[in-house]
Amino acid sequence: MKLISEPYILLTLTIGIYWSTKYLQNKTNSVFLNPILITIIAVIAILKAAGISYDTYHEAGKYIEFFLKPSIVALGVPLYLQLSKIKKQVVPIVISQLVGAIVGIISGVLIAKWLGASDAVIISIAPKSVTTPLAIDISTSIGGIPSLTASMVVMVGIFGSVAGFKILHLFKVKNPMSKSLSMGTASHGLGTAQAMAISQRFGAYSSMGLILNGLFTALCTPIILAMLGLI
Amino acid sequence: MIRQMFLILVCLALGEIVVYFTGIKIPSSIIGMLLLTAGLHFKIIKLKWIQGIADFLLDNMVFFFIPPGIAVMCYLDLISKEWMPILASVIGSTVLVLISTSFTHQVLRKTRSKKPNTDKK
Repeated sequence: MKLISEPYILLTLTIGIYWSTKYLQNKTNSVFLNPILITIIAVIAILKAAGISYDTYHEAGKYIEFFLKPSIVALGVPLYLQLSKIKKQVVPIVISQLVGAIVGIISGVLIAKWLGASDAVIISIAPKSVTTPLAIDISTSIGGIPSLTASMVVMVGIFGSVAGFKILHLFKVKNPMSKSLSMGTASHGLGTAQAMAISQRFGAYSSMGLILNGLFTALCTPIILAMLGLI
Repeated sequence: MIRQMFLILVCLALGEIVVYFTGIKIPSSIIGMLLLTAGLHFKIIKLKWIQGIADFLLDNMVFFFIPPGIAVMCYLDLISKEWMPILASVIGSTVLVLISTSFTHQVLRKTRSKKPNTDKK
């Protein structure tokens, strides 16, 4: 076993790259120094160059990933703190989530279809906006390739977390609740994590988007794909 | 700290149990999140019991997504074959969802909150 594939070395590398990019980002305020994007690209490049497989990396990565599910459970805290505000807005939240779910499925599928993607890719891309475990279940139930869906979910999450708030700013969305809610709708946990980095209030709304879009996408995907004649 | 971690894990474990027995297609972590919200709301769990660990987990949430992000390397061959439609769909559709959701919410919120104001006048 090569020295670099030791879990402690890979962990140090991952945390070191993340921390230093974050430090540089705070110093320079540069858009391109996004810590999650840079860390993922840098670690993949290093693993490829050193000929280390993902399975070997996972021996180290699993210690970081362990915290992922507990951190989603912890979203219950801001959700509880914002509960009274959310209750007041049930109708706008539910309707906007339904719109987001339908737009997400139809646009994802049609863009891929127009650009000549194969049927397997088109079907696998349908549930891309929701959190990974849900997306995998939906993908399986409609006959997609779950692993392909999982990687698209991650791509959506990275793009949303890197560019989401900038796009909302560009389109002059002012309301903080609308912004953070749609971050959760469009880019699931990663969008929510990004909203959480701004404030716990943003994170709470974003988790509402994550939950409701997950439910609506699970319900709507088979119906919409059947209507489009894809399954 | 141990008690705090225990409470979070209890919620997660209950989520796993619910998924196991009902076969419901919702991630255990989301059920755990809702259970924690309910526990706090109905005053079964006190906020100060979990505040510390919740802050740690929430502050570093982005970081915990890195290993699943690196897993994309397993599918690079599959993605590179049809990278153009995949990338266009991922970016285009995410932008459309962001705009349609936030606009719908913003408009509905405004029309709803305006009504009581005009009533008062």
